[in-house]
Amino acid sequence: MADLNAMPADATTTAVGERIPTVIVDDVHLIYRVYGASSGAAASPVAALKRIVTREKSRPTLREVHAVKGVSFTAYRGEAIGLIGSNGSGKSTLLRAVAGLMPATRGAIYTQGQPSLLGVNAALLGDLSGERNVTLGCLAMGMTPEQVRKVAPEIIDFSGINERGDFASLPMRTYSSGMQARLRFSISAAKKHDVLLIDEALATGDTRFRRRSEQRIRQLRADAGTVFLVSHSIGTIRDTCERSIWLESGVIRMDGPTDEVTKAYEDYMARR
Amino acid sequence: MANTAVADADSGLTRAQLAARYGLSVAGARPTLAAYVRQLWAYRHFISAYAHAKVTASFSQARLGQLWQVLTPLTNAAVYFLIFGVILNTSGEVENFIAYLCVGLFVFTFTQSVALGGVQAITSHLGLIRALHFPRAALPFAITLTQFRHLVTAIVVLVAIVLVTGEPITLEWLLVLPAMLLQTVFNVGLALALARAGSKMTDLKQVMPFVMRTWMYGSGVLYSVQNFAKHLPTWAATLVELNPLLIYIELFRHALMENAPLTSAAPRLWLLATVWALLVGIGGFVYFWRGEKEYGRG
Repeated sequence: MADLNAMPADATTTAVGERIPTVIVDDVHLIYRVYGASSGAAASPVAALKRIVTREKSRPTLREVHAVKGVSFTAYRGEAIGLIGSNGSGKSTLLRAVAGLMPATRGAIYTQGQPSLLGVNAALLGDLSGERNVTLGCLAMGMTPEQVRKVAPEIIDFSGINERGDFASLPMRTYSSGMQARLRFSISAAKKHDVLLIDEALATGDTRFRRRSEQRIRQLRADAGTVFLVSHSIGTIRDTCERSIWLESGVIRMDGPTDEVTKAYEDYMARR
Repeated sequence: MANTAVADADSGLTRAQLAARYGLSVAGARPTLAAYVRQLWAYRHFISAYAHAKVTASFSQARLGQLWQVLTPLTNAAVYFLIFGVILNTSGEVENFIAYLCVGLFVFTFTQSVALGGVQAITSHLGLIRALHFPRAALPFAITLTQFRHLVTAIVVLVAIVLVTGEPITLEWLLVLPAMLLQTVFNVGLALALARAGSKMTDLKQVMPFVMRTWMYGSGVLYSVQNFAKHLPTWAATLVELNPLLIYIELFRHALMENAPLTSAAPRLWLLATVWALLVGIGGFVYFWRGEKEYGRG
């Protein structure tokens, strides 16, 4: 036990050559609750009253979405794993659960340290200036005010929102969707991470920004123990990941070397 | 079939045993109460920055901007004065009705806004909760702090109103500070409790405005609750007397006004105010902490 803890932080195997797990997902089920999803007759006041009178158990206005159904895998230190699958297959939900942002309904997820989810949909305040959003975002990631003061100009520079005039002091709701996404990505990429989960982040911005963000992700990957990458761009997955997991309707369809998995996935998508 | 695809060096071990062997922890597990308090303390800068941002953002679309921080409580007081002071003339029994009304209204508004914001603290920030990792209690705390800042502005307005209506400046005014502190602790607890309840019971958001209006009529904001004693049975009158908001409002009135009528003696009011603050403050915090794991699910 003791020798395991004493190993150097960047080693990917123990002294006896065993690989070190960083994320263990054990038969995990994830269920979303969605309110107000019903439409038509079920949404009328009369229907609601009838439900109360007849003591119907399931509320039609509350729907459960079984997004991930019994997924298991182990990720090791030094691995970059691509998550692929068609829209709505549960990839993003699974990442949120690994990040500890959504509780597993059944099963368990074990992680080393605190994984960070690097997404582009971190909701910030549209009424506030870009600068203020940078400060808030960094504080929410747990930085100290001194650290924030230091990295804030770098983040604004990296996002490139000031390339066409002083946009950083304008309210964020006045930004184009591309600019918003760029700023959000730049904020979440400003921190070092143990286990890094990247959700479609590479798809944001124009070609120039994409190149810059790909480079940044490679840097982050060099620091992080394990990287998960969700993307619909098979090219990106092939470039960055040696192992891939293919999710379809919340179930793992395939888990193995990227070449094999992406090939099977492409064949499957072509057949549909 | 999918499960066997992973090459496992430690075959023979279950995944849970493997996790334990390498010291992996359960993702999103609830921290201990002490650890949670420490985490929250580490996020104090986020809480204050968020509250400050909310105050700035709340009037950013209005032409008069931050002036509304002062105009909102003033307009509110004017409307209620018109109806209850002039049209219905309830002011008869109370000396200096304007000051009486404004104190009640501003102090009540503090708790009301916190309660209405608290109920939505989780549901309206699901995007943030699902994207970033931070102690969720930061949100109800930030909401309370936002409203606290509005209260401070309102108190400045209040002091002006109280002076204009002819109350003398006394040392007793300093009692406003502990009263604010106690009410804030009470409100934090309330916001935390309502945040957790509101995240599970989505109907609560619709019910809250009615609850708050009933609470207002029972808190002696617009008239003296001494009228109640004439019609109510003793147990109900006692209940009204124990109403935490009535207690906080009376403490503020006691501090700022010379001849404010009190329902109980001042020491008893202070005792009750402290008991309520501790009870709701600590109770609400523990209640919220126990649900920490669940807030991302919606």
